[in-house]
Amino acid sequence: MARKLLLNHVDVPGINGFDVYRQYGGYRAVEKALRTMSPDDVVEEVKKSGLRGRGGAGFPTGMKWGFLAKPEGVPRYLVCNGDESEPGTFKDRYLMTKIPHALVEGMIVSSYALGANTSYIYIRGEMMPQIRIVERAIAEAKAAGFLGKNILGTGYDLEIYVQPGGGAYICGEETALLESLEGKRGNPRIKPPFPAVAGLYGCPTVVNNVESIAATVPIINEGGEEYAKIGIERSTGTKLISASGNIVRPGVYEIELGLPVEEFIYSDEYCGGIANGKRLKAVVAGGSSVPILPANLALKTAKGDARLMTYESLADGGFVTGTAMGSGGFIAFDEDQCIVRNTLNFTRFYHHESCGQCSPCREGTGWMEKVLHKIEYGHGDLSDIDLLWDIQRKIDGNTICPLGDASAWPVASAIRHFRDEFEWHIFHPEEAQTRNYGLAHYADPLIMAE
Amino acid sequence: MLKVQENMIVEFSAPLLERFAEVVARYPEGRHKSALLPILHLVQAEYGWLSVDAMDKVAAYLGIQPIEVYEVATFYTMFFLQPKGKYVLEVCRTGPCCLVGAERIMKHIETRLGVKEGEVTADGMFSWRGVECIAACGFGPVLQIGPEYTFYENLTENSVDKLIEELRHKAETN
Repeated sequence: MARKLLLNHVDVPGINGFDVYRQYGGYRAVEKALRTMSPDDVVEEVKKSGLRGRGGAGFPTGMKWGFLAKPEGVPRYLVCNGDESEPGTFKDRYLMTKIPHALVEGMIVSSYALGANTSYIYIRGEMMPQIRIVERAIAEAKAAGFLGKNILGTGYDLEIYVQPGGGAYICGEETALLESLEGKRGNPRIKPPFPAVAGLYGCPTVVNNVESIAATVPIINEGGEEYAKIGIERSTGTKLISASGNIVRPGVYEIELGLPVEEFIYSDEYCGGIANGKRLKAVVAGGSSVPILPANLALKTAKGDARLMTYESLADGGFVTGTAMGSGGFIAFDEDQCIVRNTLNFTRFYHHESCGQCSPCREGTGWMEKVLHKIEYGHGDLSDIDLLWDIQRKIDGNTICPLGDASAWPVASAIRHFRDEFEWHIFHPEEAQTRNYGLAHYADPLIMAE
Repeated sequence: MLKVQENMIVEFSAPLLERFAEVVARYPEGRHKSALLPILHLVQAEYGWLSVDAMDKVAAYLGIQPIEVYEVATFYTMFFLQPKGKYVLEVCRTGPCCLVGAERIMKHIETRLGVKEGEVTADGMFSWRGVECIAACGFGPVLQIGPEYTFYENLTENSVDKLIEELRHKAETN
């Protein structure tokens, strides 16, 4: 059995309430941090743990904390990003539903480390049930003296508030989230200045994902070095993976980083294999934004090594034959799924969610959607594939925030690995309306490399 | 584009104004504009949608320009700018849910309710629409119903029929 640090007590009845959570060792990290450690000690411990941002970018959390500016007399803020909207990702919803106190405890420890006296948890508006659950957990923690004025008699004051979003994928981008928290449209800001210098209300701010914040609890309890022993290389600790698509057991799994992808898909401890006795066709390993991989490249790298669930192994081969860990939204496609249709679906998503600030993204996503629609519905020309390639290339890297890149990568990778399926739609427009392409004789991934 | 089809004159009740005040207290002094989204959610939960008059009154309450409210209300997909059915069935239509049959479910709801996406049934009871990923991919197909955003997971044609019957029954007995 793999070690679990976040979900170890997830099945205990009543663990969503304060008393049971406390019985199972809850709020020990707060006691330890506030009573025996300085804020800088906490930052140091998180640095040692090697924890990387669990929201998608994978930036080292301790280093992000280290960048926080600390001018005299200016408040600092911790904002938790609970806007979870990356297609394929539902781990934060799960964590907040099952063990809301893990988030609240992590918020207290992290706020203390950063010297924040007011912190906000931004949760997407559709998660109204989770907003209620987290608000209740905050009230319970406050009643027990872990929040409010002079926590545990240490002189440290902290208030945590929950802020609902309004249903916008873009607000998962940290500066868009801050805009939204200020009561504005979620338009990402131009960086620099980074939030560490000028974030919420122009003050130094750290924005961390729900899972990253919850992970600080075991890091403080067990020590950063102990945490870093789990995993491989720069992928330390455990990670929540949201598994969806055509698998036997969809759900949220806590894995030790380093688990082989093959074991994750086929082991009964995790996904339990492909549903209905079908074969695996493709995998999106880290949420809709990361490149899609055909089954062979998902299980093994181009060099023939076993592909592992680590930041490094998933990225092995770059975007030519690799992908990325992203948010850990693991989507499995069986042999009956149509790659063109799925790419159209994802592209429609990005078109819908583009905030409209940057023309490459605003216009490009809509253009790609139209071209993909044309191909999927049997009106495509061969030149449309090149056109798609051209558009995605001109979006990638040319926008204020990563939504543009995120819209380009699924299209680029679908063409790179499944070009034959696109061509089949074009050469057999009528047949493509009545059946799917099936398992592909995959296009040589190296041919389409830039 | 703000398309006004009808307006609804509202007057915020004392309990609602109390909840506004609770929200405003969460932010530092002078930063009360942060309360805009939470307050719009409260207003929509109360009236079912955001009329221009309601938005204007929110602007007046927060001491900001009406345009600052309109630009936010039109940006976020959760806010309705025109009346909807009593129950709005919001079905996830993004990739992972489509792998397990979300398109079939949407077609079924359309047939069952007899209205197109975004329209209201003649009795004013139901609307439906496709929404983008609502972070429940492992339990698809899923739909949610506001204002509490209750979740209905692993949908089948049968479970959708049952849900619609239950909601109809609930509305009739209330």
